[in-house]
Amino acid sequence: MEEETATEIKPDEPGSESAEEYLHRTSFERSLTGVYIVWLRDFKRFWRDTPRRLGLFVQPLVYLFLLGTGLQAAFKVFGAGDTKYVTFMFPGILGMTILFTSVFSAISILWDRQFGFLKEILVSPVPRPSVAVGKVVGGATQAVLQGTVLLVLMFFPNIFGLHWSTLWKALALIPLMVLLALAMTSVGVAIGARLKSFEAFPVLMNFILLPLFFLSGAMFPLQGLPGWMDILTKLNPLSYGVDMLRAVALKGVTLTSTTSIMSKLPSGVVTKLQQNPDVVAALQKVFPKMPTVKTQIYPLWLDVLVVAAFGVVMLVIAIWQFSRQE
Amino acid sequence: MNDGNIVEVMELVRRFDELVAVDGVSFDVKKGEVFGFLGPNGAGKTTTMNMLSTIIAPTSGTALVNGYDIVAQKNEVRESIGMVFQDPSLDDTLTARENLEFHCVVYHIPRSDRDSRMREVLEMVSLTDRADDRVQTYSGGMKRRLEIARGLLHYPKVLFLDEPTIGLDPQTRNYIWEYIEGLKRREGITIFLTTHYMEEAEHCDRIAIIDLGDIIALDTPDALKTQVGGDIIKITTDDDDAALTELHKRYPDIEMLKDPDCKLCFERERGEEFVPELIREFGVRIVSINVHRPTLDDVFLKMTGKEIRDESGDRKEAMMKLVGKMGGPPRR
Repeated sequence: MEEETATEIKPDEPGSESAEEYLHRTSFERSLTGVYIVWLRDFKRFWRDTPRRLGLFVQPLVYLFLLGTGLQAAFKVFGAGDTKYVTFMFPGILGMTILFTSVFSAISILWDRQFGFLKEILVSPVPRPSVAVGKVVGGATQAVLQGTVLLVLMFFPNIFGLHWSTLWKALALIPLMVLLALAMTSVGVAIGARLKSFEAFPVLMNFILLPLFFLSGAMFPLQGLPGWMDILTKLNPLSYGVDMLRAVALKGVTLTSTTSIMSKLPSGVVTKLQQNPDVVAALQKVFPKMPTVKTQIYPLWLDVLVVAAFGVVMLVIAIWQFSRQE
Repeated sequence: MNDGNIVEVMELVRRFDELVAVDGVSFDVKKGEVFGFLGPNGAGKTTTMNMLSTIIAPTSGTALVNGYDIVAQKNEVRESIGMVFQDPSLDDTLTARENLEFHCVVYHIPRSDRDSRMREVLEMVSLTDRADDRVQTYSGGMKRRLEIARGLLHYPKVLFLDEPTIGLDPQTRNYIWEYIEGLKRREGITIFLTTHYMEEAEHCDRIAIIDLGDIIALDTPDALKTQVGGDIIKITTDDDDAALTELHKRYPDIEMLKDPDCKLCFERERGEEFVPELIREFGVRIVSINVHRPTLDDVFLKMTGKEIRDESGDRKEAMMKLVGKMGGPPRR
């Protein structure tokens, strides 16, 4: 207790911060420390939970290679030519991984409540907003890690292939994933902050997440949709998130080879057919050109702006919700 | 706020829907004392403590902790207190040391002090060897010990202990009490605990007896016992009838307890002074004398008309015996 008097503080001595100095630390520093320690704990928990990490890694692979390959094949039914559907789907799967990992990370709040650790946090002098932000950053970290692991798949020949341009794209995708992950984790924390029931969380999440996901264009191009659905996709913030990832990932990629049926035929046959325009017209009607799949719907700046604005609003709600819980 | 008080509670009420858990309690806790909340489960002890530690908000009324209002200045209150919860609040997937480190950081314990503090508390609860094991591998008792160690890690102005030693073996319980008393002496911290163990309440400087959300008595353990009555003196002699006659002759005010098992049982103020005086010139040969000081069990029983409910069977038995002993005319 000797350090209590101001005269006995020896500020020059390195590494010996007295209680007095600690008390005079700015509240901003304390808030940051709070964010850091909440983040650190969540990260340790995640890192030690190997089944969870594996599960989150395998799920996108299933979607990408089983569903993606199936759809790619199905597209051939609709017309002549090829659509690189797996390539098209890759940014969507990235978005899906970010979405699900981010939002479901907030279930840790319910675990903490269930097992009592939340009380330890809530009774401590860590400012509530710091805890909320720590949870958001913690969940986003997990999501970005999962997403980064997926980036390795980009170098597969049937996605983007082993090129320098693929590496630059992968690097450019990381900050966008961070932005999307922060926004989506905020959604999770806003919901999880005050939810008491364990059973309600997955139900509520699926109720919110699945529509968000299906209306985001992650799985299929948002083209030729009926009017009502088109409006919903435009209202869905995740559409902009997926579009943002796609804008970078698919830059300079032509998804559809727009060859007509004529190019698939032997040249001798083509010459003969061209003497009879009616037959050509009939053939092209039966085997229409492959519809072009767009790589991007909105400009990139608009995507980033919408996701960032949505993220800020959700973060504010998350902090507010977290701060008013008992 | 009075300088001598570290906690001042003013008409604190908490309702859970229809249930009134705490019904307008007011009391003060003096700086540096060990203050005990004694009462059965469900009496409102934990609810009161949760309000004082800002975990739940009062329905009405308020309190000052270390001079800060528990409603308006939550963060200042949190800075001033430490809390050991009744239910587990550890992170199972972290090691004991990581749990303690988390606590060190959130309570701003200077980095230079962290290792020595952690060593100190781990030593106290004999968990030094297991400090780097994950908490999920711990037994229930070990978790409880770690929990207490963590609560004592920072030296708060007021330390709240909610049923601190429930489910611990007597040896650990003693260690913990030694440490708490040492901490109180060294750091001058105030300790506020709830308990339904009578022995534990005896460690307190002052006790509030709470039942059904209301404080029914508040005083030092000794004063509370005095309220209940004097010591009970039990004598066996060679000739009980002769002894009875002599007792009545020498002390006309004496009144035997109506206990069929004990002919010469009576209540007397300051039994330890009475006994030497009695035997100095007693005509009948005395075989044995037993002086029973009233315990807080007796106090609680007297105040509420019921026993403190207790989980352990042999304690219940002991209580039953006591009730038998005290059967007889209502005293005072």
